[in-house]
Amino acid sequence: MSTQETVKSLSQAFGPLPASHFRGQTRVVVPVDRLHEVLKFLKEGRGFDFLVDITCVDYLYYRDAVDRFGLVYLVANTATNERITIRALVNDPDPEAPSVVDLWRGADWMEREVWDLFGVRFTGHPDLRRILLPDEFSAFPLRKDYPLQGRGERHNFPVITRAES
Amino acid sequence: MAVDLPDNVLITRLDELVSWCRKNSLWPMPFATACCGIELMATGASRHDLARFGAEVFRFSPRQCDLMIVAGRVVMKMLPVLQRIWMQMHEPKWCISMGACASTGGVFDTYCVVQGIDRFLPVDMYAPGCPPRPEQLIQTIIDLQEKIQSEGTMFGREFEDPERQRPKMALRLEGRKEAAELAQRRGTP
Repeated sequence: MSTQETVKSLSQAFGPLPASHFRGQTRVVVPVDRLHEVLKFLKEGRGFDFLVDITCVDYLYYRDAVDRFGLVYLVANTATNERITIRALVNDPDPEAPSVVDLWRGADWMEREVWDLFGVRFTGHPDLRRILLPDEFSAFPLRKDYPLQGRGERHNFPVITRAES
Repeated sequence: MAVDLPDNVLITRLDELVSWCRKNSLWPMPFATACCGIELMATGASRHDLARFGAEVFRFSPRQCDLMIVAGRVVMKMLPVLQRIWMQMHEPKWCISMGACASTGGVFDTYCVVQGIDRFLPVDMYAPGCPPRPEQLIQTIIDLQEKIQSEGTMFGREFEDPERQRPKMALRLEGRKEAAELAQRRGTP
């Protein structure tokens, strides 16, 4: 039971997938339309019962990058302590990925967070709305084309005077 | 017509007396959102002992307080809460902006952090520091007491001063280019 075997079984089931190893960590890149299948296979076939995190990277302005967003799924097998990183690349104008809430209920808030900050829509998510930012926020602030100091959201409040309070 | 007063009687203005009572019984409302809050707790604890200045009774309900100490950065999601708490406090009330973040946004010059609460709220005293040590906060409270004693009136006439009416930064922004910019930015979401 090693990560090598997991990668091998993945490529047996889904055809060759690009994988890389770095300092004991294994990363497999998966096409986004097979993402749900792959994660389901890992969960049900290989015992990866714990979804550690879902996050995203914006590769805009990144040297030699072809795709815009890289979704990162960190899954772990709590019986064997095996960990693997699954990556899926999604693109503008409407980045979309399948929701995995049906596999891990814990994916609910993680996917909402990625939607909130990067604007990647998860199809099949039961309740996809903002989780950290206020509901009326209209941008996705962790995208690289969003200015660091915002578009005036932090200035958009009523001024309270002594007379009013 | 001279009136003889016994030696143990002194006369003063009513405003002075009321201000003296008020300044020695400040009830802080700790609005602590970051590391400044830890220093605020230390200030209230036994070592630094805010009780020496009559301000030891921290209350977590705005209805029972008259001094709001904003300790820490305030994000755009928190500011409406802060404003509501300020509105809920009874008059006369004062506000201390504690630390670099509450006063100016500090190092957090990002989309979500309010660049100084004095853009949207009236502030009486600023405590510099990142975070300010308890001594600094105590000094700020002493200065505020001095301000209450020297300017305070029974019915709060001093708050009608236009300087104190408006939040300070909003005053400074007025008539400046930044104000126009701000209005323009408000137009775009």
